[in-house]
Amino acid sequence: MSDSQHVVATLKASVKRYGKVVALDGFDLVLRRGELLALLGPNGAGKTTAIALLLGLIRTDSGSVELFGQDPQRIEARRRIGVMLQNADLPPTLRVGELLRLTASYYPSPRSLAESADMAGVTDLLKRPYAKLSGGQQRRVQFALAVCGRPQLLFLDEPTVGLDIESRQKLWAAIRRLIAEGCSVLLTTHYLEEAEALADRVCVMTHGRMIHEGTVEALRARVALKRILCRTALTLETVALWPSVGEVRRDGERLHITTAEAETIVRRLLDADPQLQELEVQRAGLAEAFTELTRDAEQASDQLQREAA
Amino acid sequence: METVTNVNQSTVAIDMTPGRVFGAYLEEARSECLRYMRAPGFMLPIMLFPGMFYLVFGVLMAQPGAPDAARFLLASYSVFGVMSPGLFGFGVSLAIERDGGLLTFKRALPMPPGAYLLGKMLMAMLAAGVVVVLLLALSQLAHVSLSPTQVGALLITGMLGVLPFCAMGMFVGTLIKGQGAPGMLNLIYLPMSFLSGLWFPLPMLPKFLQQIAPIWPSYHLDMLALAAVGMKQGPLLGHVLALLGFTAAFLLLAARRLRRNG
Repeated sequence: MSDSQHVVATLKASVKRYGKVVALDGFDLVLRRGELLALLGPNGAGKTTAIALLLGLIRTDSGSVELFGQDPQRIEARRRIGVMLQNADLPPTLRVGELLRLTASYYPSPRSLAESADMAGVTDLLKRPYAKLSGGQQRRVQFALAVCGRPQLLFLDEPTVGLDIESRQKLWAAIRRLIAEGCSVLLTTHYLEEAEALADRVCVMTHGRMIHEGTVEALRARVALKRILCRTALTLETVALWPSVGEVRRDGERLHITTAEAETIVRRLLDADPQLQELEVQRAGLAEAFTELTRDAEQASDQLQREAA
Repeated sequence: METVTNVNQSTVAIDMTPGRVFGAYLEEARSECLRYMRAPGFMLPIMLFPGMFYLVFGVLMAQPGAPDAARFLLASYSVFGVMSPGLFGFGVSLAIERDGGLLTFKRALPMPPGAYLLGKMLMAMLAAGVVVVLLLALSQLAHVSLSPTQVGALLITGMLGVLPFCAMGMFVGTLIKGQGAPGMLNLIYLPMSFLSGLWFPLPMLPKFLQQIAPIWPSYHLDMLALAAVGMKQGPLLGHVLALLGFTAAFLLLAARRLRRNG
């Protein structure tokens, strides 16, 4: 049995409603030891709710939540985690060193103050009151607090918001070191490059559901698809029958063709229709693939609602 | 179906020794005290306000022939003064920290249960002690003679008497988030002080208000404070039990709301 099979956190068919709003709609998640899972999705997709469940801050309406095989509301489970939340106003008058000392006191065998400070690059800030720090410095202090307890699982909610490029790179390096030591990380981020740089797996969610889950490579593979646009007399049905054509749809006079082999298809298009006009070939970036993914899900859910109505 | 195995809980030592748990409580209390001592703008007005009141009404305006009035007011202004670190120190800080996400962060961390509240309680008790000492010092300007036992009794009454108001403040802090809390707490603090006879002796109030005075915790604490300075005879157990009851009730209500809503 390899280490990668060890499960550190799970959500199974979790449902959470706030009044009429369904924040999580049968959501599943498995996080294994030593892996970094990036949770992506637009605002309101349910990322924060999923994390709040795993941290034991709220309870599910149905489904199960486990942290190291235990209820996350048990303190023994939480002694193995480190947390960096998106917004937490820490006591403004306490010094960085005092905040670290306090947080480390909650854990059975914490890192030394110097080690935590070094990992987050805040060694020179230890004597400064928290309120006197810049936004980026405060974020680094919060990272130091997250790692000070020698956690086996780290929750990082938008960790690099407000950081300059150099600090971001340093934080990424620290995260990679932790993963190499066997620490698991659940990351939520708006920066796709961050997910790309760090994640073993990405999970894209909208409307409280998982709409894509897989390796970064798998998400990239969706991106490897290219899109051909053109005005042509060829019918949708004809093109759809060609090999290696993914999806074809007509938008006004233009045909949208999705394919992994754009060159072949373009050649065939030009052969079949010499009158073809306005040819464009596009390659979507990771960000566009993500947008497309979430938009497709959006449309599907709209359609479902229309059908239900 | 994947085969997955949960990480064996015994693979890593995660035992927290009792010593370390105690240490966490200490650290929490220490941080709580430190942060407010460094921000005197929050606690200082809370502590000085009753002293100023007492100085004006109990000392400067005291009738020369009525030393008992200054003694009476020492007890009731002590109660008035002790209420505010409980209500405001606890309630306002809780409301603000709920709003700012600090409480959420602490609940996600493995902070020992109650350490956060104990730290705040300790801070409120210290502030209450300071208020009583301040009033005791001012009472000497009005020549109130007190035995060491009476001084000690009033100090202890004040420091323990802050607890029901901590519980009340905590409950209000769970109801209201952020900046709305001080207004709401004043709406409780000032009328309750008046209605339990802290500003004017109860016999000077309308009969109906005298009759309902026992529903206010401050009335019971005032009875204990009066007894402490030798202005009241008779059994005190009923008042102590009433205060314990208030404390337990508000603690339970607040704890329930915190668990449900955070």
